[in-house]
Amino acid sequence: MQTLKSSPPSGDRGMQALTNRSKILERKPMTFLESIYLWNILKGMMITFSHIFKKQPTIHYPEQTRPFSPVFRGLHVLNRDEEGRERCTACGLCAVACPAEAITMEAAERLPGEENLYREEKYAARYEINMLRCIFCGLCEEACPKDAIYLSETFTPASFTRESFIYGKKDLLIPDPVTKPAEFAAAKGIKN
Amino acid sequence: MTTLLAIDWALFTEKLILIVIIVFASLGIALYMTYGERKVAGILQDRPGPNRAGPFGIFQPFADGLKLIMKEEIIPNTSNKALFVLGPGLAMTAALMTCAVVPWGDHLEIFGRKVALQIADINVGILYVFAVVSVGVYGIMIGGWASNNKFSLLAALRGASQAISYELAMGLSLIAVLMTTGTLQLGEIVKQQMAPGHLWNIAYQPLAFIIFLVCAFAECNRTPFDLPEAESELNQGYHQEYSSMKLGFYLFSEYINMFISSAIMSTLFFGGYDVPFLNESLLSPNVAALVGIIALMAKIVFFIFLFMWVRWTVPRFRYDQLMNLGWKKLVPLALANMLITGAVILLWFNK
Ligand code: SF4
Ligand code: SF4
Repeated sequence: MQTLKSSPPSGDRGMQALTNRSKILERKPMTFLESIYLWNILKGMMITFSHIFKKQPTIHYPEQTRPFSPVFRGLHVLNRDEEGRERCTACGLCAVACPAEAITMEAAERLPGEENLYREEKYAARYEINMLRCIFCGLCEEACPKDAIYLSETFTPASFTRESFIYGKKDLLIPDPVTKPAEFAAAKGIKN
Repeated sequence: MTTLLAIDWALFTEKLILIVIIVFASLGIALYMTYGERKVAGILQDRPGPNRAGPFGIFQPFADGLKLIMKEEIIPNTSNKALFVLGPGLAMTAALMTCAVVPWGDHLEIFGRKVALQIADINVGILYVFAVVSVGVYGIMIGGWASNNKFSLLAALRGASQAISYELAMGLSLIAVLMTTGTLQLGEIVKQQMAPGHLWNIAYQPLAFIIFLVCAFAECNRTPFDLPEAESELNQGYHQEYSSMKLGFYLFSEYINMFISSAIMSTLFFGGYDVPFLNESLLSPNVAALVGIIALMAKIVFFIFLFMWVRWTVPRFRYDQLMNLGWKKLVPLALANMLITGAVILLWFNK
């Protein structure tokens, strides 16, 4: 009877151990040498000393960065289509989906002659994400019917003022693939 | 009358220069010990430690010091103001005073004049060290009491009782050493250990050294005996109410204490400025002195590393364990060591 052997003595409200992994502590009084502690301290010091020669796992941050997984949810980008037009149609679904209420926007109607700028007839004249509210859950990305918003593999840089954490369209929009292909590729990342 | 008042100006300036050098060297070393501590802590824990301020972070202590100086100086209005200011000053003074009797090297010969590298080779050297170390306890006591904060007060009480308990074992362990050396004069103790055919005192008194070492940890309030600063129980310990440079003085005096006790341990047990297997009398006195200082510094650095190494290995003792260890283990051991030493001297060497 394994469980019986490892279960604590009676008076323990009849609790039975669920596994046999529990370890019984022996509470012998310390011998004189143990009570001087020196030997055990010496053993501990040997362990810490061996750590001098261990490899440090530190990543020296600004110089080195940690590789992100391809599904990392970082800073948002507002996407453009192949012709460089903004995809967002200001439907507000992302703002509704956002559990942190970090997104606000103002819609505007596309005027004639702006077809090369906006893909849909309605577009976001103002689109703001408060990065201090955002919890980077990615629900906006999932809610968007137009593939307009994506979470990239970078994170929000540190700043000194609260205002600078409210990212507007000029911070979020990806560079135009037609007029600035190099920046577009850089923003997309080499992996994609 | 005139002869009584005559001052040996050369001696006076020589000692003054020596004092200034030693005080500033102690401060500088303590400054870099804070850096060393953080580096050692980092490396023992598989991380790099401070490495941003300058190459390898070597300007870190200045950044820390600057930070402390720039902080607001707060004196709580319920505190005893005079004593509140006196506390850190006393801790710092007591820490620095001990270096007066440590022989830092043999003598230099400058323009045919012998300049001893020791501020005062008084014949009660060790007793002086003990006396000054005991005064250091007042720094903690006064600081903790004057803050008018119950945590500080508790920490100060702990510090005082801990220091007194461990001073006892320390003194007893030293009596055994003094029986073999037959002198209290630190310069003389080093000279004995340097004499050919004579080993370092550690070879004759290993047990005394171990007891002394443990007690030195307790006297310097270093982990595992840093109960006066036990953050988990006492918030911060006796310097809870202190800020700015007054706090800096307390933290600093701890490092100076560590430096001085390393120096005392090297002097008493490890031959001071003696280089093993080297006959210093063959070298010219200035070279010998320089080699000696380097040797002593190497020993001190080793002990300082030991202090840090232990700190980052062993967790803090419980208070009853501390008292048990002090009174029930170390004091009897030291007494036994003393009696055995006495018996051996009496029976074998004193016929
Ligand atoms: S990632 Fe989540 S929290 Fe951030 S804006 Fe999108 S939906 Fe809101
Ligand atoms: S980003 Fe997508 S979901 Fe949000 S408003 Fe634009 S189109 Fe709608």
